[in-house]
Amino acid sequence: MPTNQQAQVSAAIETDQIHARFRVDYPDFSLDVDLDLPGQGVTALFGHSGSGKTTLLRLIAGLMRVPNGHLSVNGRIWQDSETFLPTHQRPLGYVFQEASLFPHLNARRNLEYGMKRTANAMDPAALRDVIDLLGIAHLLDRRPHQLSGGERQRVAIARALAVQPALLLMDEPLAALDLKRKYEILPYLERLHDALEIPVLYVSHSPDEVARLADTVVLMEQGRALAVGPIAEVFSRTDLPLAQDQDASALIECTIAGHDDRDALTRVAFAGGCLWLGRLERPVGATVRARIHARDVSLALVEPASSTILNILPARIQELREIEQAQVLIRLAVGDDPATSLLARITRHSCVRLGLQVGQPVFAQVKTVALMD
Amino acid sequence: MGFSDADLQAIWLTLRLASLVTLLLLLIGTPIAWWLARTRSRWKGPVGAVVALPLVLPPTVLGFYLLVAMGPNGPVGQFTQWLGIGLLPFTFWGLVVASVFYSMPFVVQPIQNAIEALGERPLEVAATLRAGPWDRFFTVVLPLARPGFLTAAILGFAHTVGEFGVVLMIGGNIPGATRVVSVQIFDYVEAMEYGEAHWLAASMVIFSFLVLLALYTLNPNQRKF
Repeated sequence: MPTNQQAQVSAAIETDQIHARFRVDYPDFSLDVDLDLPGQGVTALFGHSGSGKTTLLRLIAGLMRVPNGHLSVNGRIWQDSETFLPTHQRPLGYVFQEASLFPHLNARRNLEYGMKRTANAMDPAALRDVIDLLGIAHLLDRRPHQLSGGERQRVAIARALAVQPALLLMDEPLAALDLKRKYEILPYLERLHDALEIPVLYVSHSPDEVARLADTVVLMEQGRALAVGPIAEVFSRTDLPLAQDQDASALIECTIAGHDDRDALTRVAFAGGCLWLGRLERPVGATVRARIHARDVSLALVEPASSTILNILPARIQELREIEQAQVLIRLAVGDDPATSLLARITRHSCVRLGLQVGQPVFAQVKTVALMD
Repeated sequence: MGFSDADLQAIWLTLRLASLVTLLLLLIGTPIAWWLARTRSRWKGPVGAVVALPLVLPPTVLGFYLLVAMGPNGPVGQFTQWLGIGLLPFTFWGLVVASVFYSMPFVVQPIQNAIEALGERPLEVAATLRAGPWDRFFTVVLPLARPGFLTAAILGFAHTVGEFGVVLMIGGNIPGATRVVSVQIFDYVEAMEYGEAHWLAASMVIFSFLVLLALYTLNPNQRKF
């Protein structure tokens, strides 16, 4: 019966969502959000410090309480006008910014602290998988002060996962680490991203982290959500401060289409085209996320016949926006339907010289492609 | 020479008093310290000051007001009479009540400092790991603030053992009921029995030294009084 099935599907969609509505009014800080977030994947709460992203996370965890808030997670009410579940009754996991392991317990007992208090905690086999995934098996008998910052944070992540939360909240888990430790822990987070089935809210001010980890982005500024959407869409919106930044980039989900062993190259395909990259040791069909900085894309009106640039993509100009320093930010569509967005940042001088206009076909020359996972 | 029966009685009474007072102080002082450490109420200052008053008041002043309050016309006295347990002054329980007030800051302040040093974070972490309020107190606060509780217990005990002025005001000098070691020494000195006074006084010096030694050895990094 198709109607019955449809009803089931729409009910499933409604319960597979996080709805958060909060308003905070302090003299020096205000927050006003009403968000519908996907009930799966990694959603980044992204913005500068002071934009309210940590406050929002704490409100969702119940570590802060404001009246008239509303929060439901995958169909369950955590807060409304009658209900306020205290933090310890919310099925969540929380990873704090700085190392938050209990100093009086070793790593194993830290892991077990939450498990002992949770009816549906992980079974030993699943726990072993998490321990392996985060690479902490050899650290379990150590006390927190015997661990490095990165190791502590990995144990803290495992501890949050061990209670099998319905929602994982991460408050800049890498911010307190130096660059080396950050790059030591990022691969673990990327593996988590692929392995986890629960929604993750990830607070960050680093575009690089967000580009690597997030599926959905909430761009926060001064306590408001400026934009909410799939990461590729939000990153390439020229009206947002994100795209106007020096580090602005477009993100492209690609699948590995083939390898060229003679030239040590790999071809990846995306909606609307393909790119050549240096040889990747990944099987055909694997997905990778490519990041192309706006400053690495130049434009030509005719296809450059002789160029050292490997990736030259036919594209159409979707949007032109003048930004500071006499520069122009251009959003391009590569391919027709479906199209993929690309950003290019060029000087106003070049823009005028070439007479660039919306709708015009151009050739985008991509100097560098960074791979995110 | 050695301790007389009266000395032993005074020592036993003193230990009983100090143990009971320490226990009561940990029970009463912990919630007060908890509240003082975490509240943002405007009453924090006044309550903290009242708790600390015995640190600066002459024991006779504290003893005088306690005596008045617990006397036949005082509010505490009327209450105890209404309860049918009579009046507290010049009884062991009167000393217990007075000592609880007198030693309160020595218990509250170390616990308050320890809880303040602990901060909010470990409690938040425990809450995100499903620990309820009491659970958080016993599995996070108590083990992490243990040095503070230990300091509080030792100081509360030692300070009760050493009190004199309040005891004289409230308890007088009744053998077996209110004649504690410090009062016994006072009696010996009044009677010019210096030999007997030496025995007890020297014991107190050694006892106090050992208590402080224990405190400094067990808690090498903790703030002291």
